[in-house]
Amino acid sequence: MAAGQPILDVLDLACIRGDRAIFAGLSFTVPAGGALLLTGANGAGKSSLLRVIAGLLPTAGGEVVLEGAPARSDPAGHALRLRYISSQDALKPALTVAENLAFYAALWGGDVAPALEALGLGALAGLPGRVLSTGQRRRLALARLALAPARLWLLDEPSLGLDAASVSRLGTLMARHRDAGGAILAATHLPLPLPDARELKL
Amino acid sequence: MSGGVFGGFLAVLGREWKLALRHPSDTLAAVLFFVLVAALFPFGVGPAPDTLARLAPGALLAAALLAALLPLDRLFGAEAEDGSLDQLLLSGLPRGVLAAAKALGHWLTTGVPLIAATPIAAAMLNLPVEAWGVAMVALALATALLSLLGTLGAALTLGARRGGVLLPLLVLPLAIPAVIFGAAAIEAASAGLSAAPFLLLLGAGVSLAAPLAPIAAGAALSSD
Repeated sequence: MAAGQPILDVLDLACIRGDRAIFAGLSFTVPAGGALLLTGANGAGKSSLLRVIAGLLPTAGGEVVLEGAPARSDPAGHALRLRYISSQDALKPALTVAENLAFYAALWGGDVAPALEALGLGALAGLPGRVLSTGQRRRLALARLALAPARLWLLDEPSLGLDAASVSRLGTLMARHRDAGGAILAATHLPLPLPDARELKL
Repeated sequence: MSGGVFGGFLAVLGREWKLALRHPSDTLAAVLFFVLVAALFPFGVGPAPDTLARLAPGALLAAALLAALLPLDRLFGAEAEDGSLDQLLLSGLPRGVLAAAKALGHWLTTGVPLIAATPIAAAMLNLPVEAWGVAMVALALATALLSLLGTLGAALTLGARRGGVLLPLLVLPLAIPAVIFGAAAIEAASAGLSAAPFLLLLGAGVSLAAPLAPIAAGAALSSD
């Protein structure tokens, strides 16, 4: 796909939680190879925006279009074209590191060992999830990104709890994704290794 | 998706199975509850063997269904707590298939152990040995029905405050036919009659719920 072609189009998007409008009239585009940083104070609606785009929260108006296909017309297909890394690590403490990731490999395809290597978790593959540190848990969640390609990555505070070496590994992963024509939308308070990323302040 | 819908179904089921093996406490709690209720009955009713045998079919069914309910509020609750539910909902797997895998997982990890413990409970309730086989078949069908209805209940009460209380109130009234036909089948067997008509009715209930309950549960599922 040619760089600059839009991957994600958000048109006049609105989200209401309870009876409070979190955001309304939000429009932006993320092109192939592009990255957009969501910034803003706590409670500004960064995480809600990511969840709305993923299709996990209903929209109160507007449209999310991924690769030209409106999200609401085919929710299952929409879900397969994106990866969502939430603030929760979605890790089962009773399963080993490799087993945790193997479950998602079975759903999406991809190989477990190289994905673990990409986040520097190769040596921990046989350990149960419950003994991992905060940063290691985060890296295991991020390893899902390295499994099978998906056009859009939605990242919620991806680098929270990561050491410098892991942040640079994440940077390599994100650069490779963008070079392959992928797009990234990341909510963060911390500096991320995303060169030429635009910023959207909520 | 790499393995197609069936591959995804097997992946979710395999994960349920592995988690239950690593954390057998939920399964053990259900089995212990079942056996303990059956052990308490003789104390309340008195040791007269005839009275006990008359009460046995109903007591077995009621104890098994209540035991199978125990782990149900964790079925989706645990997934929602650690963020796995988001990933499952975004897995590309139809939500009904996801719910079906969860229901079958619940039956394999809770229903099947209860069936295996049935002879112990039946012995304590003085059920005639001739009826043990039918009791196990009746419990297999009744717990399967409860797993299906319970998955629907768990999806509906997910995120509700006091969902653990709401769930039995929602599911148990729907499970009444399972108690009626299950107990009738065991009673018929202990009287030396054919249990087949009752078991067939139970089976009809399971085959009706097998497609419908997961579809409804899938529609109710959301991480909102």
